[in-house]
Amino acid sequence: MVAKKRIYLDHAATTPTDPEVVEAMLPYLSDVFGNPSSIHSFGQEAKSAAEEARDKIAALIGARCEEIVFTGGGTEADNFAIKGTAYANEGKGNHIITTPIEHHAVMETCKFLQGRGFEVTSLPVDRYGLVDPQDVKKAITDKTILISVMHANNEVGTIEPIAEIGEIAREAGIYFHTDAVQAVGHIPVKVDELGVDMLAMSAHKLYGPKGVGALYIRKGTKLISFMHGGEQERRRRAGTENVPAIVGLGKASEIAQREMDAEAKRLISLRDKLIEGLMERIEHSHLNGLPTRRLPNNINVSIEFVEGESMLLNLDLEGIAASTGSACSSSSLEPSYVLLAMGLSHELAHGSLRFSLGRETTEEDIARVLEVSPRIIAKLRAMSPMLQSGT
Amino acid sequence: MYSEQVMEHFMNPRNVGEIENPDGIGHVGNPVCGDIMELYIKVEDGTIVDAKFKTFGCGAAIATSSMVTELVKGKRVAEALKISNRAVAEALGGLPPIKMHCSVLAEEALKSAIDDYLNKSKRSENERTS
Ligand code: FES
Repeated sequence: MVAKKRIYLDHAATTPTDPEVVEAMLPYLSDVFGNPSSIHSFGQEAKSAAEEARDKIAALIGARCEEIVFTGGGTEADNFAIKGTAYANEGKGNHIITTPIEHHAVMETCKFLQGRGFEVTSLPVDRYGLVDPQDVKKAITDKTILISVMHANNEVGTIEPIAEIGEIAREAGIYFHTDAVQAVGHIPVKVDELGVDMLAMSAHKLYGPKGVGALYIRKGTKLISFMHGGEQERRRRAGTENVPAIVGLGKASEIAQREMDAEAKRLISLRDKLIEGLMERIEHSHLNGLPTRRLPNNINVSIEFVEGESMLLNLDLEGIAASTGSACSSSSLEPSYVLLAMGLSHELAHGSLRFSLGRETTEEDIARVLEVSPRIIAKLRAMSPMLQSGT
Repeated sequence: MYSEQVMEHFMNPRNVGEIENPDGIGHVGNPVCGDIMELYIKVEDGTIVDAKFKTFGCGAAIATSSMVTELVKGKRVAEALKISNRAVAEALGGLPPIKMHCSVLAEEALKSAIDDYLNKSKRSENERTS
């Protein structure tokens, strides 16, 4: 039997590392090993590589290089931003505004603070997962110190009205953080246009290595250091820099900036083909999230009468990797809180399926998903007690 | 994450479907994750001669449904009542701990189908004697 080509459609979980990124990193895993804090030439070589990476990241998001702090990933960047501002601004207030569709990194951090003297307002979202900027405005009190709203949702791809919220935050003089892990490198993200004070990003969602990310911190933002120790990162995040990973993030940012526009266009066309194709071929299927105001690579559908994990297993046997918001496939056995917050029933969350496309995704891959999926779903529906014969 | 037997039963589930005029139907929902299982049995002279299922659930739920219908076929009703979720899981070469509750659903579906059968036969006996 000829091995089937494996098709990876889970780029929202992680992306493969770009070979160009790997190549850029290699010298820093061997020859260029110096500690950037050392003043000799070994150290200075490493330092200038890290600073070059910082410039590239800053260029990608329209920031100044001194506003970029390297972190150990997106989760750390979110933790840093939220705890950092909360504890630095306790004197001003204790109220944080966020949404029910944030990534765990934001949600759990807010929950942690909630148990420690902070108050957290979780805004409603509409059935597409959109936050209404007016709701943000209404939630502000004289105790509000931070607003945290994600740029684009990792599950349904909905792009939030960040610039509008940014304006409201600025008018009210409240810090505004956005988790842009899914957005940076995929859609244009410019910190000044968005009016954000802090922005979290992660390398492995944009074809860089795992374990490295960055937090943009607008000049003048008051927040406490995340790690205490040496003088690295202007004393905001102590610890010897992970130079190879930082170089990788820099390279990934450079490639993203170069290729984003063309790639987004290409992905949008593939995305829409897949969405239309699924809707056409599979009865009782629904798109989750907005048709156009969504990440170029995100497809999230709910298929009635079938459960997500069983769809994933079948797809995997066909070599296709996807993801689901079904309770059965989560370690908590709870359905996706994002889909529930959007008002989906448990059944529809159960039958949710996410395909997230990437640079290696081809027309043929999409055609293959469209060929295989209806078959799988028909097979599972044939054994579903929820579908009475004749429906 | 699943054993070969689980995957085999998941890909080629035995006894999928409904039985027309069954002697017992079990319909149970999983309080843990919200899945649903329906199990039908046909009984002749106290022996389960056929069993079929319909399941809305994960790979483990489908595989355990398939396995439990295989295990009960040909068994006396009293024997079938003794089939535990562990026995079903073992017959499948084990389940990941987080998926044990799916096998509980299979056991409950079976018990409820047998209960249904026992109630029905009691009722028809009462009708006959009265
Ligand atoms: S049926 Fe939901 S986890 Fe198995």
